[in-house]
Amino acid sequence: MVAPVVVLAVGNPSRGDDAIGPELAARLAAAELPGVEVIVDFQLQVEHALDLQGRRLALFIDAAVDAQAPYEVRPLAPARDPSHTSHALSPAAVLETFQRVCDALPPPALLLAVRAESFDLGAPLTLAARGNLEAAWLWLSERDWL
Amino acid sequence: MTEAKELETAGGDGLRRVVIEPMTRVEGHGKVTLMLDEDGHVRQARLHIVEFRGFEKFVQGRPYWEVPVMVQRLCGICPVSHHLAACKALDQVVGATYLTPTAEKIRRLMHYGQILQSHALHFFHLSSPDLLFGFDSEIGRRNIVGVAAAYPELARQGVLLRRFGQEIIRVTAGKRIHGTGAVPGGVNRTVTETERDALLGEAGQIIEWSEAAVQLVRQLFDRNFEEYRRFATFPAHSLSLIRADGALDLYHGGLRARDAQGGALFDHVDYSRYWEQILENVKPWSYMKFPFLRELGPEDGWYRVGPLTRVTGCDFIPTPLAEQARREFIAYADGAAARATLGFHWARMIEMLHAAEVVSELLKDDDILDGELRTDGAHHGRGVGVLEAPRGTLIHHYRVDEHDQVVRANLIVSTTHNNEAMNRAIREVALRYLDGRELTEGLLNHIEVAIRAFDPCLSCATHALGKMPLMLELLEPDGTVAHTLRRD
Repeated sequence: MVAPVVVLAVGNPSRGDDAIGPELAARLAAAELPGVEVIVDFQLQVEHALDLQGRRLALFIDAAVDAQAPYEVRPLAPARDPSHTSHALSPAAVLETFQRVCDALPPPALLLAVRAESFDLGAPLTLAARGNLEAAWLWLSERDWL
Repeated sequence: MTEAKELETAGGDGLRRVVIEPMTRVEGHGKVTLMLDEDGHVRQARLHIVEFRGFEKFVQGRPYWEVPVMVQRLCGICPVSHHLAACKALDQVVGATYLTPTAEKIRRLMHYGQILQSHALHFFHLSSPDLLFGFDSEIGRRNIVGVAAAYPELARQGVLLRRFGQEIIRVTAGKRIHGTGAVPGGVNRTVTETERDALLGEAGQIIEWSEAAVQLVRQLFDRNFEEYRRFATFPAHSLSLIRADGALDLYHGGLRARDAQGGALFDHVDYSRYWEQILENVKPWSYMKFPFLRELGPEDGWYRVGPLTRVTGCDFIPTPLAEQARREFIAYADGAAARATLGFHWARMIEMLHAAEVVSELLKDDDILDGELRTDGAHHGRGVGVLEAPRGTLIHHYRVDEHDQVVRANLIVSTTHNNEAMNRAIREVALRYLDGRELTEGLLNHIEVAIRAFDPCLSCATHALGKMPLMLELLEPDGTVAHTLRRD
């Protein structure tokens, strides 16, 4: 029996603000929320579509350079976008892959896009990203688990 | 090999540049510059890496036992390859002159699982759109969604093959990412019977799908032979690991180099002193180094690595189905497919089949369930680890001081080995398909198809939303932008 809610957090902990996703995932995992499975990875890929099977809701968490600070929560819909042609997929493309491969509608999905600034190898979170991360964590903490 | 000079001296006055940035369906950010003369003829091709990787600095000062976990963060696509190459190097540092059967087999299981999932992703989801729909088909169709719409079963198999490989990684490394399964001197976990049985239950299907994938590439060659045999094809030296008996071995062996005609340059060389055979050159226009065979020098000593090199360079493949597939590949059209750059795809699927067979055999071996996990001995200050990663030969070289800190690191990754070879492939395509006056999606995709054959990984694991636009620029000789095309 899979958990009804899946959180897919992506990012590289050693690439500056890209660590936002893994950091929030670690906090969520530590909270041991009932009915919630937390999955963290460097990048989204085609097989993540299979992680959506049997879910009531999916929440994607990622660092974003195009988000308003401190974060944005965006509803997601399956979409063909250029990420289909990359080693890494966008959340919308994962939903699209689910739709095509599983021949079914994906579960409702949200994206928590946390504003990020810098992605240097080995760098810590920037000051701005730390603030954005805390604001995003507050939002996550106030959910009645989605 | 004389074309190298023509390439390198072609810059300067009277040239116009076409810039494609970054590559689609290639990991990270890349940029291609085509230098054209006033008549619009291609005179030079350069694949640029725009981001300084800084890998070596990243691990300096860290205790050596942290390195196998840290280096997984260098690349979001092949973290397991870095994990294992680092451990092979650090085996030498901790004096582990041999691995226990359990450790060796679990590492191999992890490695071949990585090969399987990486090759599946590349073929089914990155390259098959080009091959199934043609290089000139419209961009909106030429992607995995297009494949899924036209060939839904193929797309599904691609996802499940990759998932199977990822599951092998999970059970051997402990986690889907940031695994700690391999450690200097061995491994830190075995596989449970439950995990083994679950994987073994799928192994037959995985082999079947892999066989079908080999046949699919063959059919594509049958259908498009005249185009495929010539596309981006050029003679090249080759480098790979080889087992002592000449068998394909992607985890361990000696270094084998052959010239463009297949003649031996060196064979079964101990990789722990790789620098006696391979040196690295730098060029002012690229952050990526240019390795070359020392004996032949920087101009003529460039070479190619990866599936095509390995499958054509080994004496045999030690699993029956993949060996049969290798023989058919080598014999096809008197070796024309084995010489073609697009032969990379065929060779890659033969390796995926081999990986599926190896995984199946290892899963039946009870040594993965129980046994001694680690060995060690007298510590040394230096270690070199080499393996054949999905994209080619991967070298990790560390020096460790008396405080167990890494004081120097040198990494030569697969894409770096193929640096000059990719430039050659781009130029071959540009000479044939671009006249320098008209930029179309179809023409540009020919260049991308050539690069994708090598499956390069041009950057590492950052991917944040909004970071990967595709931009095409046309620059006049004075540097002004004549035309820009952008895909967000």
